[in-house]
Amino acid sequence: METFPVLLIAIPLGGAFLVPILYKAWRRLAEIVAGLCLATVLALSIYLAFFLVPGKPLVYLFGNWPVPLGIAFAVDKLSSLMLLIVSILAFFSYLFAIRYMDQFTGAGKFYTLYLLMLVGMNGVVMTGDLFNMFVFMEIAGLAAYALVAFGTKPKELEAGFKYMVMGEIASLMILLAIALIYAATSTLNLADLSRAFATMDKTPGFYFVVILLMFGFSLKAGLVPFHFWLPDAYPSAPAPVTAVLSGVFTKALGVYAMARILFNVYGFSRASSPEVFNALLILGLVSIVVGGLLALPQKDYKRLLAYSSISQIGYIVLALGIGNEFALIGAFAHILSHSLGKGLLFLTSGSVVYRVGERDITKFTGGLGKQMPWTSLSYNLGALSVAGMPPFLGFFSKLFIILGAVKAGFIVPAVVAGLFAVVTLGYLLKITNKVFWGKEGIKGIKESPFVMVFAMVCLVVLLVAGGAFFFWLKPHLLQPAADVLLKGTEYADIVFRIGTGG
Amino acid sequence: MIILVASLILFLVGLYAIITKRNMIKIAVGFSLMEYSVNFLFAIVGFRPGAVPPILQAVEVGKVYSDPLPQALVLTAIVIGLGVTAFMLSLILRIYNRIGSFDLEEIQRLKG
Repeated sequence: METFPVLLIAIPLGGAFLVPILYKAWRRLAEIVAGLCLATVLALSIYLAFFLVPGKPLVYLFGNWPVPLGIAFAVDKLSSLMLLIVSILAFFSYLFAIRYMDQFTGAGKFYTLYLLMLVGMNGVVMTGDLFNMFVFMEIAGLAAYALVAFGTKPKELEAGFKYMVMGEIASLMILLAIALIYAATSTLNLADLSRAFATMDKTPGFYFVVILLMFGFSLKAGLVPFHFWLPDAYPSAPAPVTAVLSGVFTKALGVYAMARILFNVYGFSRASSPEVFNALLILGLVSIVVGGLLALPQKDYKRLLAYSSISQIGYIVLALGIGNEFALIGAFAHILSHSLGKGLLFLTSGSVVYRVGERDITKFTGGLGKQMPWTSLSYNLGALSVAGMPPFLGFFSKLFIILGAVKAGFIVPAVVAGLFAVVTLGYLLKITNKVFWGKEGIKGIKESPFVMVFAMVCLVVLLVAGGAFFFWLKPHLLQPAADVLLKGTEYADIVFRIGTGG
Repeated sequence: MIILVASLILFLVGLYAIITKRNMIKIAVGFSLMEYSVNFLFAIVGFRPGAVPPILQAVEVGKVYSDPLPQALVLTAIVIGLGVTAFMLSLILRIYNRIGSFDLEEIQRLKG
């Protein structure tokens, strides 16, 4: 188990550069190798997520340098939950991509970029070093820019360029913050930084760095004042990539990194620094409202879902801003339910585009549910979960966020969060109404190939199972992850104790 | 302090170019400026007044060594910057081949 963190990087990284060579020889072999890499990563993540003991993180020391000196990976319950979510969605999107990428040339390069994106996300959630986090963020980011522009039509290239400009501004803000942090503390290890920050004066310079970091991570997460790249980037990427981008990419690079640094490194808590938490609360609320309202009039299938993603990420950041136990459990439940649910919805959009070749929902006459029953079923059940209807996983995640808000005395955010669950259902049912329901369908449309349907149905099963076994998941996965954030700078002590051999 | 302000000014010059320029090549130049400003900042962070190079030959009490780590960080940041610039320029070239313009507004108009 000690070598798992390295394997989680090494396997997809090796696979990424093996696949294009194999692809030249035999296409199916390349796909099988990519699939094996993803399946191994999934198996390792499942093992880590369920068998890692809370409070005893895995600390892997590169070159065996003890903790503050070298680069260390620290995998605790929070990291392992993120790893699990990333690898589940990456695996099922890959299954979907096998047939979906038939429409594109150069699928070998697609798998390379896809695996590199996975390397970057795994690295960001496991690393215990700030500069290392930046490096992995750039690996994931560059792969994502290339994947958004993968179709190389003018529109897609332009969306890729726009995404790249916004993503790189965010990266450079984060890099500037890292340089300033290093100038002030002479260390980059997250655990060591946490100790250095504890004794530091709260000068304007200190808050300037916090603001730079929050700006950078909010841009990566696509929160509302910084969301301009998102509605162009998501529709342009191939559907399996959009599923990963929306489902886990923004959460791993934006939300996870922000939560880890604000809670564990800076040691902020609702009681000690309400100004930071109020900023998160407002960012979250504005994202919920603006994302939800902008989603309502959209006519493009994927663009509507993209605005919906902004709104749903808002729920997670709102929950981080509330910052009590209920809300944090809700935040992680929502990361899980939204990544499965929205990933599923983007896959159904891919399924429809694969057969019909059209994304503008005003051009549909309805009735597709008769010809594509499985896609239709997946879409409707996924939409119910994203909107937060019982008995799906999405119901419990929103319930816990709202309960947390009420418990902390934030009545207005709780009411807005509840109200926008209904708005979510409204705009998602718009697609159901225009595309899937009705009598007369477009002639000559068949259900998508088996693997695509299989990937979608698996995600539906996970959403239903997540709802049914929520009270089993809560103590095993969600509560320990929330505890990691609630305990704040205790993270540093644990990492130091294990990382120095004590 | 002056060097810190200088690198922040360079950072803002780069950001200004990215935000206001319509020509994609100029945007790429803006990114290079921003990268250089941060690399510059990293490079001077390791400086200590009156320090000697951090090579330990014999135990010398009272000597101040300059910090070697920022150089490793700068090298990494330069390589990442190279990757970013290369990819951005190739993306720009691809757009130019498709549309025949470097102008972002022109592209939006042609795209329709």
